[in-house]
Amino acid sequence: MNPAFQGLITIIIGVGGCIGYFYFSNQFLDKVLFPAKGPHAGRNINRANMIRPWLFLFPAMFALGLYLGYPVIETLRLSLTDRDQGGAFVGLANYNQMFSEPKFWEALSNNMLWLIVVPAASTAFGLLAAQLTDRIKWGSAAKSLIFMPMAISFVGAAVIFKLVYDTRPADQNQIGILNAVWLRFEGGPGSFLFLQILPALLLLSFAGIVAYVGWIFVQPIAKSREKGGGAGFVPLRLLVGAGSLYLVFLSLRSVISVFTFDFPHGEPQTWLTLPFWNSFFLMIVLIWIQTGFAMVILSAALRGIPEETIEAAIVDGANPLQVFFKIKVPQIIGTIVVVWTTITITVLKVFDIVFAMTNGQWETQVLANYMFDKMFRANDWGVGSASAIIIMLLVSPILIWNVYNARKEMK
Amino acid sequence: MADLKLTNVAKTYGGTVNVLNNINLDIEKGELIVFVGPSGCGKSTLLRMIAGLEKISDGTLEIDGTVVNDVPPAQRGIAMVFQSYALYPHMTVRDNMTFALKLAKKSTDEINAAVDKAARILQLEPYLDRLPKALSGGQRQRVAIGRSIVRDPKVYLFDEPLSNLDAALRVATRIEIAQLKESMPDSTMIYVTHDQVEAMTLATRIVVLANKGIAQVGSPLQLYERPENEFVAQFIGSPSMNLLPGEIVETGTQTRVRMDSGLMVTSAVPTTETDMGMKVNVGVRPEDMTVTTGDGVYEGIVDFTEALGEVTILYFKAEGDADPVLAKMPGIHKDLRGTTVRVTADPAKVQLFANGTSLYYR
Repeated sequence: MNPAFQGLITIIIGVGGCIGYFYFSNQFLDKVLFPAKGPHAGRNINRANMIRPWLFLFPAMFALGLYLGYPVIETLRLSLTDRDQGGAFVGLANYNQMFSEPKFWEALSNNMLWLIVVPAASTAFGLLAAQLTDRIKWGSAAKSLIFMPMAISFVGAAVIFKLVYDTRPADQNQIGILNAVWLRFEGGPGSFLFLQILPALLLLSFAGIVAYVGWIFVQPIAKSREKGGGAGFVPLRLLVGAGSLYLVFLSLRSVISVFTFDFPHGEPQTWLTLPFWNSFFLMIVLIWIQTGFAMVILSAALRGIPEETIEAAIVDGANPLQVFFKIKVPQIIGTIVVVWTTITITVLKVFDIVFAMTNGQWETQVLANYMFDKMFRANDWGVGSASAIIIMLLVSPILIWNVYNARKEMK
Repeated sequence: MADLKLTNVAKTYGGTVNVLNNINLDIEKGELIVFVGPSGCGKSTLLRMIAGLEKISDGTLEIDGTVVNDVPPAQRGIAMVFQSYALYPHMTVRDNMTFALKLAKKSTDEINAAVDKAARILQLEPYLDRLPKALSGGQRQRVAIGRSIVRDPKVYLFDEPLSNLDAALRVATRIEIAQLKESMPDSTMIYVTHDQVEAMTLATRIVVLANKGIAQVGSPLQLYERPENEFVAQFIGSPSMNLLPGEIVETGTQTRVRMDSGLMVTSAVPTTETDMGMKVNVGVRPEDMTVTTGDGVYEGIVDFTEALGEVTILYFKAEGDADPVLAKMPGIHKDLRGTTVRVTADPAKVQLFANGTSLYYR
């Protein structure tokens, strides 16, 4: 039989089946189970109407249960069994084995790094792009360019960036743009400007922003002491404060190392094998994709801010930065949180980019790729399922918070 | 607490679309100036230019003798109350009121004193820690006014502040603004509205804007009793003034006009010999009309009556596509419907317009 014909039959059976299910199940409910006649007509109608929603919900609940709910339970069970012993129950042995593997901790710490950098960078760049493109004539053209990577699959994007990071021997033409640019630096004043002054300035401004954000979070605690009231979320505020202090310390230390580092000028670099930095080269791919998403959502949110509040702030004496940070951002903070958490969930599940670019080599392993390695390459369903459960445990709280925020936004 | 001077102010958008021209206006310290005009006449634009939210295309704006064309809004010493209140939704009432002061780096004591004073004047004390969304429309408007008061500006700007309130609240808030103005006799206020009642009740002087310029500036009663031109005559007062064509037949300290219908009417507007035979429009307010059998300004069949109790409005049958003539009589006169009625007015209340402008102001 012609495959197209088979497809058509499948569609007819599928759609017909759906229609048939809804039609006949409702007919059965109304005519056979609770007929709207006889001595109990009123009671029967009420009962039929109580059951009807479940008729409509059943297919979705069944499919979700089968393909999402059941796998969770099955994964949980598998994570407690061992394939080599014929699927015998082994308790938490798989988890113990996994926790003793350095590769797991590498994947976990890399995931944490991704978790901090990618959502922050994507949201920040998205917000910046949304704000900057809002008032200019060619803003919508710029927006569509920034949004375009969203249309590219993660694997496709990974292939594109593999070319960007590509390395050829020094005597050949570099087809990777990063190495082509890199070989331009000869150690002269230009190199000093771009490789030392510029990164140092970027690091310093990053430290400044982080310090400011940390201060915003911590400041209300000191203030509420004065007033004698609670600031709310004190542990969270302190955590953010401590985190930002640590980041400030890191970036200041990096400023020093930027100036002391001996750059290997003239040698093409294999970017994806540079430990620690290669994770960032992978992150750039995801940031490149997710910035468009953040920009579109935040741009819509920015448009929703009443113009008069901005004018009132201008009359009150706010400069453009103050208008942005004190009037605009607080009014869209809910949307920013939703965007941030949505990207966070994507990041926790990141797999394709790492798989396609490094496959976890050179210390770029992440949890999802680790799980794939264990499950389908090592054929170890126990440890594979255990890592899947870990990913689920990490995603769930963020997912719940995201749904909570999204619902609050909709009210 | 300042005087404003606008000299030849103009506004052009994109170099071609001209919305305001040659605005010359002196506003003295302590005045409450109301800008009125039909929608789209540029009254809000003018206010926004004074605020600094729109660039002044041409001419100069002086506040206290200093040209402020290129001074940013915050340094002009102005405060603005917006139509939609424009409260910062994420800040409490107190934070809304202190935002400007904090930006200006005022001391905490100073800020607290200013907020407490404004909250007392506007009875906002119980609401200081609430968010704007927990307030009613009237309370929000008071917060918006409070936000202006705490800054102690030289000039207050109000952009249709009452138009988002319901009718009852509008009257109450209007009276509150009038009382506020009275309690701050030195502060200069500029108030934009399209509501005549607000203009008439609040203003020291009204500026009527029309046709890209100022149609007339004057006290409310001056505008009502002695409009400079037909536009102001018809814009101020409701129902608007009747304008009927006629010809001057007698000049002197009083003027006799023969209406096109043949009736004779006397106006207290003085004219000279040279005006003899001049074609004029005779303007009479509906409320100044009285029924007569002698000299009259108009005679016609009463097509329709609206009895409002205290007054009755007579709608005369219109000829062709002209606006119907209206008369407003005290008391109830439902029986006049369908009858032929001749109306006249006190000579002092009869205006004469030639080519759109009043003969009184020549």
